[in-house]
Amino acid sequence: MTHIETDVLIVGAGGAGMYAAIGAARAGAKRVLLVDKSLVGRGGATIMAQMTVAAALGEEAPDDWPLHLADTLAAGRGLCDENLAAVLCREAPVRIREMDGWRVGWARRDGHIAQVTAPGHSRPRCCYVDFLNTGPAVAATLRRRVSRIDAIRRVSNLIVTDIVTTGGEAVGAVALDQAEGEPVTIATNAVVIAAGGLSRLFRRNSASANMGGDGYALALAAGADLVDMEFVQFFPIGHLAPRLVGMDPIMWDPFRYKLGGRLLDGNGREFLADYGSDESTGYTTPRDIATYAIQKEVAAGRGSPHGGVYLSFTHVPRGDLDAAFGPVIERLARNGIDLGRMPVEVAPIAHYQMGGIAVDETMATRVPGLYAAGEAVGGANGANRLSGNAIPEALVFGERAGRFAAAHAKARRDGWDAKRAAPAVDAIRRLRDGQRGNASAAALLEELREVMWREVGPFRTAAGLVGAANRLASMRRALADLTVEPGRAFNPTLADWFELRAGLIAAEAVTQAALARQESRGAHQREDFPDTDPAWTCRQRVALRPDGGLALKAVR
Amino acid sequence: MTLATAHLRIRRGSGDEPPRYDEFAVPFEDGATVLDALIWIRAQRDASLAIRYSCINANVCKECTIAIDGSVAYACTTRLRADRVVTLEPLPGKPVLRDLVADTRPPRERLE
Ligand SMILES: Cc1cc2nc3c(=O)[nH]c(=O)nc-3n(C[C@H](O)[C@H](O)[C@H](O)COP(=O)(O)OP(=O)(O)OC[C@H]3O[C@@H](n4cnc5c(N)ncnc54)[C@H](O)[C@@H]3O)c2cc1C
Ligand code: FES
Repeated sequence: MTHIETDVLIVGAGGAGMYAAIGAARAGAKRVLLVDKSLVGRGGATIMAQMTVAAALGEEAPDDWPLHLADTLAAGRGLCDENLAAVLCREAPVRIREMDGWRVGWARRDGHIAQVTAPGHSRPRCCYVDFLNTGPAVAATLRRRVSRIDAIRRVSNLIVTDIVTTGGEAVGAVALDQAEGEPVTIATNAVVIAAGGLSRLFRRNSASANMGGDGYALALAAGADLVDMEFVQFFPIGHLAPRLVGMDPIMWDPFRYKLGGRLLDGNGREFLADYGSDESTGYTTPRDIATYAIQKEVAAGRGSPHGGVYLSFTHVPRGDLDAAFGPVIERLARNGIDLGRMPVEVAPIAHYQMGGIAVDETMATRVPGLYAAGEAVGGANGANRLSGNAIPEALVFGERAGRFAAAHAKARRDGWDAKRAAPAVDAIRRLRDGQRGNASAAALLEELREVMWREVGPFRTAAGLVGAANRLASMRRALADLTVEPGRAFNPTLADWFELRAGLIAAEAVTQAALARQESRGAHQREDFPDTDPAWTCRQRVALRPDGGLALKAVR
Repeated sequence: MTLATAHLRIRRGSGDEPPRYDEFAVPFEDGATVLDALIWIRAQRDASLAIRYSCINANVCKECTIAIDGSVAYACTTRLRADRVVTLEPLPGKPVLRDLVADTRPPRERLE
């Protein structure tokens, strides 16, 4: 069995993980191990980001990070962890300029970095890489940097299944090497969980295949807390129909910035004003309100044929359409879409997890040696995230997590204990020899996504949430009886089993927290408690009990 | 509602086994992609089918590159067709790990 020794282990190689590796190496870590269940720099949300990155650079108009902070706190509906939000806003310009020096290629206007105003921002502070290339450029730049640093060892197709602790400290991890179907043990002096979000747990989503909530499950099992798990951001105008290939379902947003565009119900009537949103001056409706309005229209029987609403640009002159969409017009035409003549159907889709692993400003969890970064972290964005805040969160928190983890690792002696890793190693060995059952994990993953979408999605009620919690608990009990095909090299049923195990715990954390919060706030909308309740201006923490159940605690 | 069916002939087996081909019938919907069909097969017919993909829609990860009727293409942007059997094989020129998965990891990102 392969055993690796390292100073800092980083789980997940998106924007947060790659920056953490750079941060750790710069802070003096001699051995940094950066692993990803997919391919380094390709598997998560970072490479998929198409739009903007918020940072108070003041290049376009005067700006300063406290203004960015004020906007972030306002969007968070009273729930942001102000310390984390302040770190995010203060250091975003540092990271954006550093990446500029690494030639990421931020779009420029008149020689300065171009910045636009995205909804919820009081200043033009969102930079981007043309055309719709922000995420790919960020991922490629970080991949290049990481590959030039000798201290960083990269491993792709390594699925971390367990964090190993002794005496309450993180000392290592167990992983499944997908290519060989073999367990791998990793001894380390610090771990950074940068495994991204969980939007793949919902049937309608903007996620990649690798955003199933592994990081949250790893943290809980290691003894860390999660916070704000009920706050899943639903992106209001995800593409629904006609089927579009080669383009991300959140692609309509930039064109809403440029051209406005009208949201219409199934009868062709504008409805946002009925929900208190005035779009006479442009595209200003926050994500939580737009999502709510669309869901309400659909529930009232006024939806479009596929269960969403229409987004129409038919009132926009052809020339303006061509100018705004550029080459995208061609790609749409190949999909049979002519925006001058027809609306498209859009609907809310799960997009980003505000909640996540509870950390302090050094990105440390309450488990010594365990750090977290990126979307996996909870708290900075409260009950609703501003657009453009997630990429800077990944970069800023990533750099810090790597830096502080390296400092921790330096001050610590090897605490590896193979006995503590044995149960996780045995689980991999047992499962890869195959197991006969009555269902596959792949089928249960589909059901999990359906349940989460129906009962824990943009519309929530006590009855639905209780039903979902019960079903999730019974799926968890069924894990031992699922079919796993025998086989080593790239056995997908083995990967599915671990994905399901992690996803179920993450899903349960969201569901329990949503059930306990008897109010509506930001992204969390309860049909049975439609108002925001000032008494609920508090965060909920989730921990794993020794019996495997989840414990919830409100913190003020 | 169309009730058409697409037929896929898929290369199976790990690298050291002699290749064999399995045929699957998949419900055909207008606009669906080859990747849609592969994901459907995994959930509904044969969970053991190994495929590689990440971004699903955005066409940015390039992990889904395979041979479709002998030409290298992305499973996520190639439309499914119902008029004849389509053959799927792993990306040529790389060692096969299993089924449609070739070892496309950059050499410096491997374990050894
Ligand atoms: C389509 C889309 C568009 C977006 N657009 C924007 C935008 O314009 N602006 C913005 O600010 N934000 C945007 N976001 C959000 C933003 O991209 C993410 O929040 C951010 O990139 C998260 O970075 P990360 O490094 O934390 O996670 P990710 O980039 O998701 O990386 C996590 C990595 O962890 C790996 N992993 C997961 N589990 C394991 C495991 N068990 N073992 C090993 N590896 C594991 C995954 O394979 C993945 O590569 C967008 C998100 C999506 C999905
Ligand atoms: S799945 Fe990402 S490019 Fe095809």
